[in-house]
Amino acid sequence: MSYYLGLVQLIGIHTLLGLSAYVLMLTGQLSLGQAGFFAIGAYSAGILTVIFELPILPALLVGACIAAFFAFLVGFPALRVKGLMLVVATIAFGEFVRLFFFNLSWRVPRDGIEVGPDSTNGFREIRYFVANGWSAWEITTFVWVFVILVMVALWWMDRSRAGAVLRAVGEDELAAQSVGINLTAVKVTAMTAGGFIAGIGGALYAHTATYVDHLTFTVLLATFAISYPILGGLSSVIGTLVAVIFIQGVLVEGLRFLGDWRNIVFGLLIIAAMNLKPSGLFDARTARILKRAASLGRRG
Amino acid sequence: MLELQGLTKHFGGVKALNELDLTVEEGGIIGLIGPNGSGKSTAINLICGVYGETAGTVHFRGVLMNGKPPHQRLRAGIARTFQNIRLFPELTVWQNLWVAQNSPQDISRQRFLPRWFGTTRQARKEIADLLELADLAHKGDELASNLAFGEQRRLEFARAAAARPLLLLLDEPAAGMSRQEIDDLGQRIRRLRDSGVTILLVEHMMELVMGVTEQIAVLNFGHRIAFGTPGEVQSDRAVQEAYLGTDATESGPAGGSA
Repeated sequence: MSYYLGLVQLIGIHTLLGLSAYVLMLTGQLSLGQAGFFAIGAYSAGILTVIFELPILPALLVGACIAAFFAFLVGFPALRVKGLMLVVATIAFGEFVRLFFFNLSWRVPRDGIEVGPDSTNGFREIRYFVANGWSAWEITTFVWVFVILVMVALWWMDRSRAGAVLRAVGEDELAAQSVGINLTAVKVTAMTAGGFIAGIGGALYAHTATYVDHLTFTVLLATFAISYPILGGLSSVIGTLVAVIFIQGVLVEGLRFLGDWRNIVFGLLIIAAMNLKPSGLFDARTARILKRAASLGRRG
Repeated sequence: MLELQGLTKHFGGVKALNELDLTVEEGGIIGLIGPNGSGKSTAINLICGVYGETAGTVHFRGVLMNGKPPHQRLRAGIARTFQNIRLFPELTVWQNLWVAQNSPQDISRQRFLPRWFGTTRQARKEIADLLELADLAHKGDELASNLAFGEQRRLEFARAAAARPLLLLLDEPAAGMSRQEIDDLGQRIRRLRDSGVTILLVEHMMELVMGVTEQIAVLNFGHRIAFGTPGEVQSDRAVQEAYLGTDATESGPAGGSA
């Protein structure tokens, strides 16, 4: 049972990671730096509960705000580059963050043992949930409260004028500027919001895993982050969730019986999915078809 | 209202626009014509702030615009359309106008939250009015990419008007249009002028230019070679040689849009 709950937690956390890339992608920015913001959220919140002994909720929110702050800073130079150059620049940022935590050593004694980030040995003992006697169900619920809050907030934003403005920037920057949209403000805001969401995901990840090290936050994680909205399509936040369930639930876990061969099959399935459904597994057309099918079902 | 002084743009070695001086008075319809590559679109892009100028100044209502990004110039009152239509194709017709409500009135009238996360009744009514004017009232929920060509042009025109401009720059709005659509466009332009908007019209379609404009500036190879009323410009020898050609003057290019 706890294996499945762990998987449900992981799906929730990766959904947050995917949604952080989704917000940016609406504005036409493809970032491979989301693993960096995720790492900042993870380490910051971990340090806050372990070293400063804060409760989980303030630690998580402060961790997300720190990640958002760095995203805000990254947002300005990122404005100057587009497309592949932005991808390269954000990879550089992600690696910078990873190597920072690779070197970070901040050990303090607590209850007779040393705790805190220990550079290459990673950051162990992020045991807030265990120490406070949370059950696996409670942890899972806690994770999903944030997933659902973020999904509802983004879904609502998407239907508002703010969402239309983000999409307008993503579709045609020149036209957007020409109708009076402030590109700098829109792109930096999207970057900051993406950093905040990734930060929440990272904070939750650190506490559910109880252990993080720099190898958690490689470019592979950043690739996962963008592959969810790419596969899920940008027509709604639901697509990202479906893509996470498909990749983490079906591909990564479902193919585990194949041993190391699964990585090959995993790659092939992603290529197949992107070729057969280039605008996402859950694009607008698929959504319409499903909706029609559902309403037919009701009538029948 | 709009004053260009010595406006110059070089792309590497190409002098796209050379020391253009032009004054646009408030309330008129000014034409800007010239052969392909004569610098018309460059002039529009400089006025809107899409390009930075190599030299010269752009003043709008007495305020220096140099160095201001496009969105600030729009908020100052300069709106535009594009030579090849640039709508937001995956947004609906309604949303295309919604995102364009960025005039200072719109910004100051609405608080932050309703402006970004809601719609006020006033904003909805204004969009409905714009759709009505553009004959697109029944197409509000269509994706912009699903519109026919003429409808897309009308939507882009309406989107520019949604920003409540004081000066509207039209970059070849008649390109690809049928005769009937051009007549319709001429009426829309006049109607907009009558509502107080000054218009700078860049256009190849002589019927439209001669029909609606009060004054015309002619560019050739980045230089202004003539300025005057449609009649004066047509009889100008330099213009005839550069642009209209002798045949055109003999047969009378001012067939007019009637």
